[in-house]
Amino acid sequence: MKNKHNYSREHIAYLKKQRNKKIIVIVSRVLLLVFILGIWELCAQLKVIDPFITSSPSRVIKTIGELYTNGTLFFHIGITLAETIAGFIIAVALGYAVAVVLWASDTVHKVLEPYIVVLNSLPKIALGPLIIIWIGTGYDAIIFMTVLVSIIVCIMNMLTGFLAVDKTKLLLMKAMGANKATTLRKLVIPASLPVLINTLKVAVGLAWIGSIMGEYIVSKAGLGYLIVYGGQVFKLDLVMTATFILCILAGGMYGIVSLIEKKVNKTR
Amino acid sequence: MLTFKDISYTYHTSNGETTAVKDLSFTVQDGQFVSVIGPSGCGKTTILSLAAGILTPSSGEIEYGGGEFGYMLQRDALFSWRTVEQNIFLPLEVKKRNTPEMRERAIALAEKYGLKDFLKKSPNQLSGGMRQRVALIRTLAAEPDVLLLDEPFSALDYQTRLEVCDDVQGIIKSEKKTALLITHDISEAIALADKVVVLSARPAHVVAEHEIDFGDGSPKKRRECGNFAATFEVLRKELGI
Repeated sequence: MKNKHNYSREHIAYLKKQRNKKIIVIVSRVLLLVFILGIWELCAQLKVIDPFITSSPSRVIKTIGELYTNGTLFFHIGITLAETIAGFIIAVALGYAVAVVLWASDTVHKVLEPYIVVLNSLPKIALGPLIIIWIGTGYDAIIFMTVLVSIIVCIMNMLTGFLAVDKTKLLLMKAMGANKATTLRKLVIPASLPVLINTLKVAVGLAWIGSIMGEYIVSKAGLGYLIVYGGQVFKLDLVMTATFILCILAGGMYGIVSLIEKKVNKTR
Repeated sequence: MLTFKDISYTYHTSNGETTAVKDLSFTVQDGQFVSVIGPSGCGKTTILSLAAGILTPSSGEIEYGGGEFGYMLQRDALFSWRTVEQNIFLPLEVKKRNTPEMRERAIALAEKYGLKDFLKKSPNQLSGGMRQRVALIRTLAAEPDVLLLDEPFSALDYQTRLEVCDDVQGIIKSEKKTALLITHDISEAIALADKVVVLSARPAHVVAEHEIDFGDGSPKKRRECGNFAATFEVLRKELGI
């Protein structure tokens, strides 16, 4: 390590130790994954487990190749991704707007509070059959379900964030003669940006639940559809492959939000 | 000029009502620095809120010659997502007076009082004393006529307190502002003010008023004055401590 800051020997040793710790963690993560995949593949090859039921890493890779060759890989991925992202954006945007309304009017908040609590407690999957009958079996229904699963939490999270704004700062705005809209724009919204990031993280997880749940119930395409279909015709390779792809996509989306979070924290 | 005439104010909650202030009367002349002291919880903050128009008196009248108020709170309440400079501009934005001239004057004020190197920094990088100075400049940015200061030094450690005290009084006097400061610190009240108003316990009314004449020295100089201790004793007895 170049000593361009002129650190003491002790500090250089400390930095080296920190770097080594980091390397150990990264290497361990990779080794763990390799280990699990290795054991899985080995057990499948040695027929310790039945690959017909459990699949195996090599079979998953083969299935991905097949899906790619017959052109359906990106088709299914694209559909589920589109549903999830659409539902995510709508849930966060609409949820934020509703939270603003509830913050602005204490009366509206109090009146709607029990309804929000009930909607939050209700498992949205119970509404599945209703949604099919009312909205049909197309992509609208799936996106609707995605939004439904995510939106209540978005509303509650953002509202809590808005209400948690420092009372001294609120008094400051009042003392300057600011009305509610100005206070919202200049204080509440910027102050609650960390809460928004946190809400995005939660909404990512919920959006995937919603879209896969929707595909389970109604769809003819997408990763959720592949899981259900694969399960029904006992093509477990298809199930595992779709699950594996879901892990990557969901993890990737969460990772993007984490990056946004790091950027935001830098400016505060 | 700001005059409280027989002002009363009662807080109402579902648990009952509390009369914070009853038949309170005193006057702040233009350009005067008035300190208000009183026992804890006697309603001092209520007086500032009434003056600023945030609260409406239950009875009595507030006579006010006109002009704007600047309200400086106990804690600096700087926005961590804005730079020092952007924090100072906040009142200009809120009051819709965010013109280049006003901004220039605000920056000039900030530079005059030692904040030049800190303008583009984040408030998190500043010490408590610096943050309170920024809060004062922010309060002055919209060029108010009267400053209302709510125990503005209580969140600072003692040494910083003495320094910021000097700065604040210097700034207020040189910008020729009228000021109403509430504090529970007797020596601070005497060191800063032209007049000290002593309040009773809740419901607060005026027990005594004292004109302070220690010359035009800074608060630090005043504390060294001969009759500082005597005045301190008089006020201490009036507060009953």
